[in-house]
Amino acid sequence: MESILLNEYGKKVILLGNEAIVRGALEAGVGFSSTYPGTPASEIGDTFSEIAKDANLYFEYSTNEKVALEAAAGAALCGVRSMVSFKQYGLNVSSDSAFPLAYIGVKAGMVIVVADDPNCWSSAQSEQDSRYYARLAHIPMLEPSDSQECKDFTKIAFDLSEKFNIPLLLRTTTRVSHGRGVVKLGKIVEGKKRGRFNKDSIRFRNFPPYIMETHEELHKKLSELRRISEEIDINFSLNEGSENDLGIVTSGVTFNYVMDALQDLKLDLPVLKLGMTYPIPDDKIRNFIKDLKSILIVEEIEPILEESVSALAKDVNPELEFYGKKNGYLPRSGELKEWHVLLAISKITGVKSQFNPIAQKEEYKKLSVVKRPPVMCPGCPHRASFFATKSVVGEDAVFGGDIGCYILGIYPPFETQDFVFSMGASEGVIHGIKKVSDQKAIAFIGDSTFFHAGIPGLINTVYNGSNPLIIILDNRSTAMTGHQPHPGVGVTGMGEKSKVINIEDIVRACGVENVMVVDPFNVKEMEDAVREYLQKEKVSVIVAKRECQLLAIRRKKREGIVIPRFGIDQSLCDGCGICLYQFGCPAIFIENDKFFIDKDLCTGCAVCVRICPKRAIKAMK
Amino acid sequence: MPKKSDKGDEIMEFNIIITGIGGQGVLTLTNIITWSALKEGLDAKASELHGLAQRGGAIACHLRFGDKIYSPLVLEGKADLVFALEPLEALRSCYFGSKKRTVFLVNAHRSIPSSIFIAKEEYPSLNYVLDALKPFSNKVILIDASEMAKRATGDAIMANMYMLGYACAKKLIPLKRESILNGIKEAIPERYIELNRKVFDLGFEANNVTIKD
Repeated sequence: MESILLNEYGKKVILLGNEAIVRGALEAGVGFSSTYPGTPASEIGDTFSEIAKDANLYFEYSTNEKVALEAAAGAALCGVRSMVSFKQYGLNVSSDSAFPLAYIGVKAGMVIVVADDPNCWSSAQSEQDSRYYARLAHIPMLEPSDSQECKDFTKIAFDLSEKFNIPLLLRTTTRVSHGRGVVKLGKIVEGKKRGRFNKDSIRFRNFPPYIMETHEELHKKLSELRRISEEIDINFSLNEGSENDLGIVTSGVTFNYVMDALQDLKLDLPVLKLGMTYPIPDDKIRNFIKDLKSILIVEEIEPILEESVSALAKDVNPELEFYGKKNGYLPRSGELKEWHVLLAISKITGVKSQFNPIAQKEEYKKLSVVKRPPVMCPGCPHRASFFATKSVVGEDAVFGGDIGCYILGIYPPFETQDFVFSMGASEGVIHGIKKVSDQKAIAFIGDSTFFHAGIPGLINTVYNGSNPLIIILDNRSTAMTGHQPHPGVGVTGMGEKSKVINIEDIVRACGVENVMVVDPFNVKEMEDAVREYLQKEKVSVIVAKRECQLLAIRRKKREGIVIPRFGIDQSLCDGCGICLYQFGCPAIFIENDKFFIDKDLCTGCAVCVRICPKRAIKAMK
Repeated sequence: MPKKSDKGDEIMEFNIIITGIGGQGVLTLTNIITWSALKEGLDAKASELHGLAQRGGAIACHLRFGDKIYSPLVLEGKADLVFALEPLEALRSCYFGSKKRTVFLVNAHRSIPSSIFIAKEEYPSLNYVLDALKPFSNKVILIDASEMAKRATGDAIMANMYMLGYACAKKLIPLKRESILNGIKEAIPERYIELNRKVFDLGFEANNVTIKD
């Protein structure tokens, strides 16, 4: 982490792609940064949060990505360079403001970082390719392929943004954001931290008829940027003198797979690597493809370049044969890996590879490798909430799911996420279900998610009159993405104390009459609350409030509080298995048909003590 | 190990898969070794997984170093070392190895996920794991690292450093001890360096700790 602030020009350090983006922003003189946490982008904000004071800049965790983008835009309109970062769905949330921002433009450089997640390693919505947004919103886009480029491209993005008064998108994917690599440092620049909003420009007043003027202006900027794209050295070709008539066009992390595959196959095919993928360099591409017989397009996730190159080929090389995602040479879903590229090139050229990844995988498939799905941690308060809820309603209820650690309730023994859409959607969807169905319906939503997108959905259930039970799982943190604070915690991204906004106060202010705050570790109380509220004619809300156990353990260790461990008295245990089969605590295991607690894993929540019908679980001396 | 290209020039390339369970220190190891390679003047890239998978789930990090590294991911069959903090996780990543070149260094301590009990599945025996790794490995070293780390520090969590020390001593990773120690200094918060160093040294000096070699 210290490397990020090192002011040693030319020194080489190891940085995560996300950290390198922060470093690039520092070298570009960024003064303002905002985010809403989301993996694979989370470490950008977390790194800013850690260094903000030392680097003398402002950073905030905003309530959601739309607000984060608006705040960064505000700073940029005042002449302070700003960066906003989020995962792919964050761009969706922010898009309502991102589109007009392209028209309005900026005064100082503004970079919007969007991290896509092919394979949905840490995502639960869709394998979205955010490159479509660049085209849709007319926002220029750069695509780095590793940590070094993350830093370099961030600087370029700030400069282009400021030169053309237009925000720039920097698009990564998981392997870039969470790739670690060597970065050669440049100079940290002290940029402007304070600015002023000047009322002199009418283009900020995005209102007809100005919109048509700013739209026109936007297209002028884009045509100039297209010229930049032709000239800029981050769009470059390799092996141009090659005798081969198969060429490759690629961008982002997949460029690396191309280079390795070519090395493994001992081929020197011409490669065009695009670092700026909107606007694309039409002439450079035409020039690259004009004498080729065939072309392979390697990109992540959708065949966007494939379609663009195909359109350009019509002018200069209508006979050009295309290989890529559209004709099955590369997959349409999931993450691209080197082996896909290796096999595609091998298939097209007939050159055999010394590696046979498919045979490797076939051999592997013969083995019995049991799954190890991610689980809620031992002592997780969500587990207690799910257990209590299910013990009251059984399977006979619709469980609305949402985005956060509690999504892990999707797995047995709970299966309390019957549908999952997007941030805050548990409430909106459950309202619709309640309007047309007599089933019992319970929405689970986390604290940070509630602040992010849960309030409009809650007001809608009150205003339009449905009666689901909404359980807000308040673990006092944005836990899944790395324990970032939120408005209910009263700590800011700068690490400063702020006003604590109570969820239960908001719920009441939204017009909900049945509101209860319950400690989910008190299982009996939680069960009673669920039982009572399921009978209500109006919407009811239980705030299940209990600090994330990872944070609690850390805090207790700091405060010198002894964490109790529990064991099972074998003379009392009759092996009913409720603690394991229904409660699902990862610290409980079976050996020789007997149940035990792994004392290294037990975090002392004592919920198992409360749910054991034989009272066989006891504190250990 | 330095690999010669056809043209005879040295293109050193070394590929590691580090695998285990969220919380076992897979990311820490990855960061240390990546730094260590840089300390030796090499290019290095690694790929990590954060977020969802970290909650007690299976994690595999990829790490490559050499004169010039492009992909942060290891090609199936091209791993030189599979560094597994848990036997089932060695099995899950086995297809990155191949008979020609791959050493598996496997922590013998089994961590059984509760999903196995809930779904009434069977966790594979160590013998099953060892047999299954055969077609994918040149050599499998099984080491009781969790137990040794626990004896030394009272905490099995340091198994990763014990294994790193061992791997360094036995030259399973072609980097100098000094480079790895410098890597530890870069990647570990200062207040934990001493403890990590201690366990690393124990692993480095360990003899006859392997269950199978």
